[in-house]
Amino acid sequence: MKRAISRFGLLRVVIFFGLLILVPILGGPVWLLNMLIFTVMYAALSSSWNLLGGLAGYPSLGHVAFFGIGAYAFAIMFQGSVGDGFSPFLALPVVGVAVALLSVPIGWVSMRTRADVFAIVTITFLFITQTLAFNLNSLTGGAQGKSVAPPPFDVSTYDWPFYYAMLALLAVAMGISFYFSRSKIGLSLATVRADEDKAHGVGVRVTAVKLIAFAVSSGMVAMVGCVWAYYVGFIYPQFAVDPLITIGMVLMAFLGGRGTLWGPVLGSFILVPAQEFFAQTFGASELYLLAYAAVFLVIMLFLPRGILPSISDRLRRRRLAAEGDARDAAQLSEVQDASKSPVTSEVAR
Amino acid sequence: MHALIQAIILGILTGGVYALMASGQTLIFGIMKVVNLAQGALVVLGAYLTYTLFTTLGIDPFVSILITTPLLFLVGIGLQWALLRPLHGEDVAQLSLLVTFAIALAIEGALSFAYGATLTNVQPTYANYSWTVFGYQISLVRFVAFLLSIVMLGVLYFILQRTKFGRSVRATVQNPMSAQLLGVNANRVSALGFGLGAATAAAAGSVFGMLNSFNPGSHYDLISRLLTIVVLGGLGSIGGSVVAALIMGVASSLVSALASPIWSDFTFFIVLLLVLLLRPRGLFGAKTRGAL
Repeated sequence: MKRAISRFGLLRVVIFFGLLILVPILGGPVWLLNMLIFTVMYAALSSSWNLLGGLAGYPSLGHVAFFGIGAYAFAIMFQGSVGDGFSPFLALPVVGVAVALLSVPIGWVSMRTRADVFAIVTITFLFITQTLAFNLNSLTGGAQGKSVAPPPFDVSTYDWPFYYAMLALLAVAMGISFYFSRSKIGLSLATVRADEDKAHGVGVRVTAVKLIAFAVSSGMVAMVGCVWAYYVGFIYPQFAVDPLITIGMVLMAFLGGRGTLWGPVLGSFILVPAQEFFAQTFGASELYLLAYAAVFLVIMLFLPRGILPSISDRLRRRRLAAEGDARDAAQLSEVQDASKSPVTSEVAR
Repeated sequence: MHALIQAIILGILTGGVYALMASGQTLIFGIMKVVNLAQGALVVLGAYLTYTLFTTLGIDPFVSILITTPLLFLVGIGLQWALLRPLHGEDVAQLSLLVTFAIALAIEGALSFAYGATLTNVQPTYANYSWTVFGYQISLVRFVAFLLSIVMLGVLYFILQRTKFGRSVRATVQNPMSAQLLGVNANRVSALGFGLGAATAAAAGSVFGMLNSFNPGSHYDLISRLLTIVVLGGLGSIGGSVVAALIMGVASSLVSALASPIWSDFTFFIVLLLVLLLRPRGLFGAKTRGAL
């Protein structure tokens, strides 16, 4: 585990966020900014999922439930008026913390189980939330959906606040991920992922770190849900608590590389534009779902560890091989220097 | 009181069909340690096949089981061979789970493409026929479906207890490593096991199509119920899943009769929560390291 912030790493962050911040200012077609909002949104979701699914090895399939809870919280809070349009963003941390606290008992119950069963429990939690969104009519508007009051933003820069809010959330999610990977929490989560029983045995406070990861990850996802609801303006149970959003988070983290800082981001910047392309090509038709499933299967079968781990693995192997060659060559020349006889060098080989 | 008993009868009859679906799922888990999230989608696929056979060729839904079951048996073997067998490495369980989810999405996509998203159901002439016994309504379709489920479960039991294949399955469930050492071909058992699981889904699907309106997205409802049932019964225990299916059938039918149908799904979730709190390994589950 690298502990120091490498200069290269810092440069990468500055360039990445610098470019993204500049995009709206430099201008560009409307569809670009719109697509970027969703790309950054998924990058933030996937990075948040990664805190639990990647670092702790608990593959939650129900995270969209927290996304939906955040979305509904915002829709309920701001159905009447949003003031100057910016004040709702100030409520984000409140919703985030509230959902994080709410998620603690849920995490405690569901993390009594491991891997497969945990995935089952979280997927069931997704359906619970969806059922509640449908059935608690007075609160959520049921199948009719719920709307957020439109903000009085200028038309030409209407998307900007949402875009920057998503970008800020992505920065926070990546910051937390980075902090985790450098702190004791990250180390404890890594032991949980490797072998929870042993970790518990040697005195790692497994329940505490698991719950921290679960709560932080859920709170982040909820905040992204808030901004999403505010942006789209109108939410229905089947869109706010859509299993495909869960799958999106998981898939992007898998594609880029679970448990890495940049993996989920890379996965989102590949998959969301690809998704957009599918939607353009196949329309909103069912072939879209089929194409999505096909991409999913291809990633699972051929890139199960993700792009970044595969690349770094290959690089490491190449470096090791190069080092090995160099060592062999050095030894060989030593042997040749010691005795000029070609026979010994042949043996040393 | 009358409503109560009527609800219990309905619950038991429905539970029988769930038992059939869930037994396939728990069988797959027992053999491969894979939670098959595509089981619901396979049931819906079975329902659509029955629908097509019924509307185009006029084959009776109950008779069509003789066609759909072998067909999905082969589909199951194909899926296992093409998509699950190639997976390897330390995260096999997690990857397999996600692959089955992808299979579910693919089936949903293919069905929506072929049939569209509107709700349909299979309506043979006797669909609404029912008997009245001591003042209680017993629908013909539900009753026959229940009997059929029992017969299918009996066949499954016979295969597992009395055939060589069944013996290797049971050995694999108990201890995969020793089974392989004793010459059980794990790949073959897994493929046939997945096929059997899919076959039970097909049989249940034909019945499901007569009892419910369905569309390609119905598998989400099904899978959340099935998961509750297999967790309640104890993952990998077929007997447990049958008992759990009956319990859940009765419980959800009671809730929908006494409270409101919109909360009947919710019963499943509450039960799941209670099971996890009180007895995470389910009613009849073995305690396995790593799974729970």
